[in-house]
Amino acid sequence: MTSRNEILARVRANQPPAVSLPGIPTFGKPLVSLPEAFRAALLRMGGKFAEAPEDGDLDALIRRLFPEARVICSATPEVKGTRRIGEVKQPGQLADVEVGVVRAVFGVAETGSLWVTEREFKVNSLGFLSQHLVALLDPARIVGNMHDAYRERAQFDFGYGAFLTGPSATADIEGVLIHGAQGIRTLTVVFARRAAAKDLTHRQ
Amino acid sequence: MRRIDHAEASTKFIRARDHLDFHDKRLWDLRKKRDRESEGLAEWETLRELASAIKEHTLSHLADYLEQFERNAIANGAQVHWAKDAAEHNQIVHDILKAHGTHTLVKSKSMLTDECEMRPFLENRGIEVMETDLGERIQQLDDEPPSHIVVPAVHKLRGDVARVFAEKIGTDPKNSDVHYLAESQRQHTRPYFLKAEAGMTGANFAVAETGTIVVCTNEGNADLSVHLPNLYIASVGIEKVIPSIEHLGVFVRLLSRSALGSPITQITSHFRAPRAGTAMHIVLVDNGRSERLGMPDFWYSLKCIRCGACMNTCPVYRRSGGLSYGATYSGPIGVIIDPTFNLRKYSSLPFASTLNGSCTNVCPVKINIHEQIYKWRQIIAERHQLPFVKQEAMQVAGKVLSNPKLYRAAVEATGAGIEHLPRFMMYNRLNAWGRQREVPAAPSLTFRQWYLKNRQRKARTR
Repeated sequence: MTSRNEILARVRANQPPAVSLPGIPTFGKPLVSLPEAFRAALLRMGGKFAEAPEDGDLDALIRRLFPEARVICSATPEVKGTRRIGEVKQPGQLADVEVGVVRAVFGVAETGSLWVTEREFKVNSLGFLSQHLVALLDPARIVGNMHDAYRERAQFDFGYGAFLTGPSATADIEGVLIHGAQGIRTLTVVFARRAAAKDLTHRQ
Repeated sequence: MRRIDHAEASTKFIRARDHLDFHDKRLWDLRKKRDRESEGLAEWETLRELASAIKEHTLSHLADYLEQFERNAIANGAQVHWAKDAAEHNQIVHDILKAHGTHTLVKSKSMLTDECEMRPFLENRGIEVMETDLGERIQQLDDEPPSHIVVPAVHKLRGDVARVFAEKIGTDPKNSDVHYLAESQRQHTRPYFLKAEAGMTGANFAVAETGTIVVCTNEGNADLSVHLPNLYIASVGIEKVIPSIEHLGVFVRLLSRSALGSPITQITSHFRAPRAGTAMHIVLVDNGRSERLGMPDFWYSLKCIRCGACMNTCPVYRRSGGLSYGATYSGPIGVIIDPTFNLRKYSSLPFASTLNGSCTNVCPVKINIHEQIYKWRQIIAERHQLPFVKQEAMQVAGKVLSNPKLYRAAVEATGAGIEHLPRFMMYNRLNAWGRQREVPAAPSLTFRQWYLKNRQRKARTR
């Protein structure tokens, strides 16, 4: 008998009497404003928030936030940066990126989390090898809590996706909180609606 | 196999006073942060009920869910392997690495790979294994197992880390600044991520409905381990399966709040399929779990989501340190899991508890930990695994406690005895209660004497 069949047979023989599966309520509570709640939770988790510029020039905003940055790699059409993600062939080529830019699919007010999948990153290492990450989020695309988030069912059929909540962090030495453990050192969220296709072709 | 003597093993830890005090304070701080988070959620208790019920449902249908998970994982393009024990797990991982001609492996923290003692197995076969979680890396460099399932190096102070890093990765031995040490680890690890041929993670949850591996981390090291190399291996205990995506909402809301007192981990990764041109392998590991599933009193321990809340709240764990348990899993959860691996070796562990029940109260999946500890004590006593002194003492205690007259006489005599006994009678090798503590002065009256004098008279006159 293969190990697979041996394990399954033993599990089947030893399973306790059937317990039924409970339904999951929504626990929805009326939040005054989802964007406000999101912003407060993000700051609590060590994230930063930047107001979108009135003229809509996100490239200029990013240069203002990171004046020293030489390599800005964008995976979203609203930001040009210095390197297009489409030029990247190997994930390791992002090792020199100082600022990565990506659009989040949606945000979660409860925790200040962003949902980003392989479709947005295009090269997944962008979210982890970059020193800093800037994420665009449509304020109309914020859900209340993690139950609402996991009800966005179609989002979980991608090969990869993650809830990013603030920068990478560790408190493994004496509980001292360090932002910028192994992944991104900072995460900055900018509220920006998804640009219409014709505006984008104009700016490119 | 040598029997672990928890009390004996903890003496070294207890002797290092500054370490002991910090350890106690740091873990209690995590417990307080957990309380703040749980009290901030009106539905906390409902979430615990749900989490427990979802786990019990899944475990009572585990074979079907495992098959469903396997089907979906294969459909996603992953390869699925089954390991009945640690040896088979290690062999499978080595075979995969060998088939890909791999010599370097970067990995995130996984208690399962610690349980299987995978690292030495691979290292003996010429594979360089790099732990990339900061705490786990400190422990790897110091050649020690993790002392806590969430914060592996919590028993070390910054000076200890500075010493280990200076010896092993060439940092300045005089610099014990925590930012400096963490940054040194970041700089040291990065080239490994870039050159590694294979990456590995454990799993917090495995979703049957979608074949997804969910990994909850803070440092970003799990994602770096997966997204850079062309080969990804996930080691998954068979009890990690949950039915569907919507159940993640319940567990994700509970996990980090219980573990660290933060609303969520910084990164919650969902690995479902390999990137184009790369390979993803999932190893489903039994290693005693299917047998535990058939133990009427103890199968509930399989609900565990490895948050460590029971450890942080446990007065014995906080004051004895994880390494004194001599097992992969320490603290209250270890106390009830370890004897299922080896009853004789771990027979002293169920006595490393005050049975205060705090572990049960903080457990996010409502495992009746302290009741299981008590049940293990009964089994161990029945099978004569108690050390001789404890056995004799228990027999005397049993006689005294079951006879009110004897009990009263003993209590009165003890009060008098403490006052007048020579020190060597109280503080000797046979009396564990006399070690590391001074017995407080005995009150002038026993409770019964006080009650008879003050209350009973009043009760009669009423």
